[in-house]
Amino acid sequence: MKAVVIIGAGPAGIRSAQTLMAHGVRPVLLDEAARGGGQIYRRQPENFKRSAVKLYGFEARKASGLHQTIDALRGQLDYRPETLVWNAEDGALDTLHEGRAARLEFSRVIVATGATDRILPVSGWTLPGVYSLGAAQIALKFQGCAIGERVALCGSGPLLYLVAYQYAKAGARVVAVLDSSPFSAQARALPGLLSQPATLAKGIYYRSWLTAHGIPVHQGATLKRVNGEQRVQSVEWSNAKGEHRLDCDAVAFAHGLRSETQLADLLGCEFAWNPLNRAWLPQRDHAGRSSVAEVYLAGDGAGIMGADAAEMAGERAALALLEDIGYLIPPQRPDSLERSLQRISEFRNGLERAFAFPEHWASETADEVVVCRCEEVLAGDIRKVVREGHWEINRVKAHCRIGMGRCQGRMCGAAAAEIIACESRRPVSEIGRLRAQAPIKPLPFGLEVEP
Amino acid sequence: MIEVDAVIIGGGIVGASAALFLSKAGRRVALLERDFCGSHSSGVNYGGVRRQGRPLSQLPLSQRAHELWGQLPQLIGIDGEYQRSGHLKLARSLNDLHALQHYAVSSQGFGLDLQLLDRHELRARFPWVGDVTAGASFCPDDGHANPRLVSPAFAQTARRHGAQVHEQCAVTAVEHDGQRFRVSTQTGLELHAPWLLNCAGAWAGTLAAQFGEAVPMHAGHPAMLVTEPLPLVMNASTGVEGGGIYARQVARGNCVLGGGQGFALDDARARPGQHAVIEILRQAVELYPFLEGAQAIRTWSGTEGYLPDRQPVIGHSSTQPGLLHAFGFAGAGFQIGPAVGQALTEIICSGASKTPLDAFSITRFHSISVA
Repeated sequence: MKAVVIIGAGPAGIRSAQTLMAHGVRPVLLDEAARGGGQIYRRQPENFKRSAVKLYGFEARKASGLHQTIDALRGQLDYRPETLVWNAEDGALDTLHEGRAARLEFSRVIVATGATDRILPVSGWTLPGVYSLGAAQIALKFQGCAIGERVALCGSGPLLYLVAYQYAKAGARVVAVLDSSPFSAQARALPGLLSQPATLAKGIYYRSWLTAHGIPVHQGATLKRVNGEQRVQSVEWSNAKGEHRLDCDAVAFAHGLRSETQLADLLGCEFAWNPLNRAWLPQRDHAGRSSVAEVYLAGDGAGIMGADAAEMAGERAALALLEDIGYLIPPQRPDSLERSLQRISEFRNGLERAFAFPEHWASETADEVVVCRCEEVLAGDIRKVVREGHWEINRVKAHCRIGMGRCQGRMCGAAAAEIIACESRRPVSEIGRLRAQAPIKPLPFGLEVEP
Repeated sequence: MIEVDAVIIGGGIVGASAALFLSKAGRRVALLERDFCGSHSSGVNYGGVRRQGRPLSQLPLSQRAHELWGQLPQLIGIDGEYQRSGHLKLARSLNDLHALQHYAVSSQGFGLDLQLLDRHELRARFPWVGDVTAGASFCPDDGHANPRLVSPAFAQTARRHGAQVHEQCAVTAVEHDGQRFRVSTQTGLELHAPWLLNCAGAWAGTLAAQFGEAVPMHAGHPAMLVTEPLPLVMNASTGVEGGGIYARQVARGNCVLGGGQGFALDDARARPGQHAVIEILRQAVELYPFLEGAQAIRTWSGTEGYLPDRQPVIGHSSTQPGLLHAFGFAGAGFQIGPAVGQALTEIICSGASKTPLDAFSITRFHSISVA
């Protein structure tokens, strides 16, 4: 019999699995990581003994709740960790586990593939010692390592302050927080943010804590360049007062998150431009149904909403799936979940305003800046192709290899789109969408195939 | 209303070459492309620039193309990563090696200069080829190029020589009023011309059928993949007698491999399919052991037109004067494409192609009923 499959064991995937199990449906849960939890509640290796409060701070209760859920379920459902889904076609998922390729036919699938940092490159970002904010956080949560001894945290988004707080709390020296969004934007965003007062309070707490502990926080501060020979030695940044230089040995930066949508694309889901995320996202209804009857979407992989929303969306998508295959579901639960999701969505609107996308990034980025590190494509290479008359992103890719390397545009795609749009004087929504191609992540030669 | 000498439907390498040579000959040309020039088969194929292995009837055209490829930078302004690395056709059995020997004998006189290598010679000259091979045939002046760059550059150069190039411009209606063709497009253009060139690749059958000469064409979707950059090892483009995997390594180190068939997503898009991809990943390490443990980072496919005899249709329509066909290249149009554009140009400018095209006449299908 074909399986009900969940891809991704983060907050959305785990709540999906729990909801299905509660109704007597036993799903297959596929996850790339060794232990469930996803990124924001990423678990340390089994023999590490740090407490949840130490690892997750305010979120310790939520993280532990999620981890306990997967621990309780893992013996009952068909849980397959360390399994990459590298392709989807024809009602089946193609997986890779310990060097073995296999197919898994599904009757229904919930796609909960999560997100990665949105990277807007600056000069020097490929130097050793430069990390994304998410990666800096994972180093800390997973392995108990800091990315350096004197760390500058830059960019924008809620993760910026959270990582700064976590690093300082763990004993690392945060030399500065450079937030590219101006204070005025954050003041204007306040009404939207008040829809989730508890979350807002945490954000304010992190910031006040940083200030109280003498960590410099600069708003309206743009990271200009990372300097260093063998590795990071300093950063240059600017604000209304002028240009500044700051010594450090590590940098973490990002401008919010971007959804991992490749599997939804390979599964045939229709996409629409989402101005809030500034990205093409697979379309879904309030319950998480995609444009393809058997495919459901939940969590940050279908639009950035954060971990709380992911848990709810995971449950909601599972309820929709159950309903669609003829199960009775609790009559009030879908409405209540959708109302909560709506409130979070208002808050997200506020957040996007508070941590505004740096519209000037594309025009101010020098030709010499590496945009695609896999293929070493410079901003100037992209602009040259655009000046030759190309503006559709897949055509620009064909001409200068942007997005053609190991990461398949997962890291550079958003930045490339901004540069193409700026250079061709088109809105970023009108340069097309980078088409996903299998494999989602590299696939080795000589792999074994399960019969 | 746009009045030109020739309307070309299809901005692949064949249509764009015709546009380029016609423009250089002073003809007014409009090139119509539904998508972007060189974005389908011409731009996403394996990139083999090979004469070896073609049916003998194609070799005169292919040899002409070989000369054009030799002047590529003068022709389209870029080198297109074209290199005459040689093309190595591998035999997996003695039977296959005999087939290669037979081809070497029968293709003598066409200028391929084939060199037959037994197992020992193959090992000595191309030590990176796996033990499973019984021998090979080497064509020293064949090679490979980057189709993503070369095919669009033909259209771009045609534009520089005065051709009108209309992209994202699907043709909605074609008729002949007794004197000339009238072509309408989705974008609202209306073009008139005494000549119409059907270079629409896998989609050319529709137009042929409209003029009463349907052909039994079907679409094929080659499975292709590329590795991360690897140390330079392969100093020739390769194929296997009887079909199978083909592979080359580009100057920056990536290995491009193809083999097997994918599937269509819709009329215009295709994917390689997991089955073909896994087969390539499994089989390639036998033929090219150095690939063991390397990573494939991307796969893709395209949409190619195939006729039952795997030969193209090139030349006059038998029902409509002024209509020229050039399609159905069965996945092997990239190398020969520029010469086809040149031959079509000669038909228009001087009444006949210098290279005989009789073998490619559309009339060969007239007795076949098309389902």
